[in-house]
Amino acid sequence: MNVETGEGEGYVDAAAAAIGLPLDPAHRPGVVLNMLRIAEMAALLMEFPLPQECEPAPVFVP
Amino acid sequence: MTAHDGRSGALAIAGAVRSGALSAEAVAEAALARIAERNAALNAFTTVTAERARRDAQRIDATLALGKDPGPLAGVPFAVKDLFDIAGVVTRAGSKIDAEGAPAAADATLVRRLAEAGAVLVGALNMDEYAYGFTTENSHYGPSHNPHDLARIAGGSSGGAAASVAGGLVPLALGSDTNGSIRVPASLCGTFGLKPTYGRLGRGGARLFASSLDHVGPFARSAADLAAAYDALQGPDPRDPACAGMPAEASQPLLGRGADGLRIAVAGGYFAGSGVAAEAVAIAARALGADQQVEVPEAARARAAAFVITAAEGANLHLADLKKRPGDFDPNTRDRFLAGALVPAAWVVQAQRFRRWYRERVMALFEAVDVLLAPATPCPAPLIGQETIETAGIAVPMRPYLGVYTQPLSFIGLPVVAVPLRPGGSLPIGVQIVAAPWREADALRVAAALEQAGVTNAEPALD
Repeated sequence: MNVETGEGEGYVDAAAAAIGLPLDPAHRPGVVLNMLRIAEMAALLMEFPLPQECEPAPVFVP
Repeated sequence: MTAHDGRSGALAIAGAVRSGALSAEAVAEAALARIAERNAALNAFTTVTAERARRDAQRIDATLALGKDPGPLAGVPFAVKDLFDIAGVVTRAGSKIDAEGAPAAADATLVRRLAEAGAVLVGALNMDEYAYGFTTENSHYGPSHNPHDLARIAGGSSGGAAASVAGGLVPLALGSDTNGSIRVPASLCGTFGLKPTYGRLGRGGARLFASSLDHVGPFARSAADLAAAYDALQGPDPRDPACAGMPAEASQPLLGRGADGLRIAVAGGYFAGSGVAAEAVAIAARALGADQQVEVPEAARARAAAFVITAAEGANLHLADLKKRPGDFDPNTRDRFLAGALVPAAWVVQAQRFRRWYRERVMALFEAVDVLLAPATPCPAPLIGQETIETAGIAVPMRPYLGVYTQPLSFIGLPVVAVPLRPGGSLPIGVQIVAAPWREADALRVAAALEQAGVTNAEPALD
């Protein structure tokens, strides 16, 4: 069920169930397609090594 | 100059109104007539605020009659993307769901700023639902049409804004840009557009999409009009936690300097482009004498990171409705939003950490150059309903691909002016003039220089 390697359907069903998001069967193929598109983008990002001292960009100003 | 030819720019109108050559009321009536005449074909406006326009215009005329200053944009008709609050009007953000909401209690910060400068609001403009798209093919309110070819998209998500300016309905409009939503429609419709530095202009009273990346800014048909609008829009905004509260820095007095003293380079590699898009950049570079080329490192990953953040933040904003009433979303955005709700945290955090890394690398480039040139879109306006674009012999999905050159730049909040060209009489296509953070004036100066050199073409399509 690794969405990063293209197993979209299992991931979409499990993740939607985990956050209580009902998926209309009519919407499911489109959601899987879009999930795989995001995963393809994420793969580019996740393969890139970042140093541990690299903080997330947003800075919270109290 | 007449009040109603659709060609008059914002500063020309303001000059005529301020000098008494034209009444603000006559200008407003002319704009309303022009909207009535052309909007059926363009579908740029979703709401026309005729009553407010007449009232505001009469107030400008009364102010003038008293010998008082009605503001630098006196009588200039303008319209705003339907995600800016307009007092008394329901902000729909291109959605059916938000159309059920209550009318806004007050104007958005930027609407108020333009009104205080004397500009006259004439309506709200079509957009992709909740700003999630580059095409303004809105299923609830219909697609906006490109004034230069009605069969083609206006671009998005601020498509109504670009079409209203390019069609000569208004000389000035406001849009928002998260990944390219000002620059893409400006490119496809042939207008100037400014996406300022992230945090420069206040988003108070504007509906968010992906707040880490959301910017707001103006469209116009000349660099001077764009700068005038930008100057009127600046200032702190306590309603926007991301607004940096920078002091206003007037750009208009600097425009006359043109590109003198600015180190200008062409962004190569990822941003090389092809066809008319590459031709437009080459023309601009030649006119500016920019023969240096630099490579923006890891731009493809920057686009990927922006894509991930947008999907996750956009979906989270609408999660309650995605659970309760997914059928009420636009089919063109619904599945994107649903998928975004399922993005793992690891991707989002990595994207925000990469953003920090990438920012530092790109800032290093700005030690050697002041301004970068890049294509705004990979091609001129596709047809409404078109599914794919051919690039290097491969058909790729059209809708996300339109943002390929804009997304890696807004990702780190760089200020960009999109300038319109029409190489060899082609349909309009834009060039991005990219400056270092908080250096909007540099980008505006280069835009003015290109206009002065006769390279740009923002001629409106009037019928």
